[in-house]
Amino acid sequence: MKRTGPVVFGFLIGMLMLIQYFTQVPWIDDRYNNVLDWKQVVFGITLILGVVSLFLHHWKKIERKTGGWGYSVVTIAGLLFMIAAALIFGREEGPYPWMFDHVQAPMQSTMFALLAFYVASASYRAFRVRSFHAALLLTAGVIVMLGRVPLGEMMGFHIGEHYFSLGTISTLILDYPNLAAKRGVMIGVGLGMTATAIKIILGIERTYLGKGA
Amino acid sequence: MWEQAGIVVGALVTLAIFSLLYKDNPLYRFAESLLVGVSAGYYLVQYCFSAIYRKFYIPVIGEGDLWLLPGGILGLLILLRLSRRVQWMSRYAIAFYVAAWSGYLIPSVLQERILIQIRSTFPPSLAEASIWAVLGSLFLLVGVVSILVYFFFSAEHRGALGRISQVGITFLMVGFGASFGYTVMGRVSLLIGRFQYLFQDLPQALSF
Repeated sequence: MKRTGPVVFGFLIGMLMLIQYFTQVPWIDDRYNNVLDWKQVVFGITLILGVVSLFLHHWKKIERKTGGWGYSVVTIAGLLFMIAAALIFGREEGPYPWMFDHVQAPMQSTMFALLAFYVASASYRAFRVRSFHAALLLTAGVIVMLGRVPLGEMMGFHIGEHYFSLGTISTLILDYPNLAAKRGVMIGVGLGMTATAIKIILGIERTYLGKGA
Repeated sequence: MWEQAGIVVGALVTLAIFSLLYKDNPLYRFAESLLVGVSAGYYLVQYCFSAIYRKFYIPVIGEGDLWLLPGGILGLLILLRLSRRVQWMSRYAIAFYVAAWSGYLIPSVLQERILIQIRSTFPPSLAEASIWAVLGSLFLLVGVVSILVYFFFSAEHRGALGRISQVGITFLMVGFGASFGYTVMGRVSLLIGRFQYLFQDLPQALSF
């Protein structure tokens, strides 16, 4: 019941989802759509579990007055404010969308923008490894970076009548070796995902159920 | 009025996060904690509305469609993870979610990530395309096959296999470099957006 039950249940659900692709039985199609809806509900409630865990984690820090507990107050205040704002004023207008537009969105995009600086320093460290492959990585990276800005269109060379700007070379790199790399990785990942999915449905892979499963 | 105040607040939190470039400081940690709380609250509300309210509350409670009731029961089972005594019951919900995804993924992954990709890699015939398009496709084919050989770990990479996998790693490095450059430029354009916010939107908001 505790160990085999979830695996058998998973097998039945997984097989239903898989069989639906190969059959044209309306009853199976309906149950397939039901499972897709259940998945969304489970995901939504899982998010509640995550937020409860986040709340409890910060609440314990505040109760015990551990180092930096003041920041936990800020996190909990932000969380509760958003929930209360949505419940009292609604999701379409009032403080809830205002907080998203003027606090969450600017902070999130600044976080990502901040990565530009850290990526630059990380790339410096990565490119210090002097090897043929590191040089290839560096060259491709620099060409693509320069090829994406107006300066890249001014830099280039002539072969006969044809002018090859860094922008053109950048497009060629993206369209051929980059596409080949992405496609190779995608096929490899696809094969890995399929194998793992089959192992999960058959109950061979069950580490996702946690300890003792 | 609220719009202008919002731009000022947005600029303040932007500067608070940029302050990390100097060093870790209380202002940054305040903004970081606020971002975590506000994001968690925002996404919780969004998903509760789109998933629980629309896919459970309205159909089951409002319309009496009992086929959607198991979704709510499985969802409640997952909350039992919070209790040590009955947390094993949450395994049913986890098994459901993971297995449903697995069953859903197998056909779509086989179709989109494998079959379509293999088909697109094969070169077109000369009757259908120019010589340059065919040569380009052959180049792609060499790249994809050599990369797959590089990821084939069931045999030692020596001799012909080793040489082909070296070609594969060369393609991979150029591809990683290109992806890296593309990602950096994406981050730089975000950075430019933040500077435009600080140097264009903010002065306009303050001059009302």
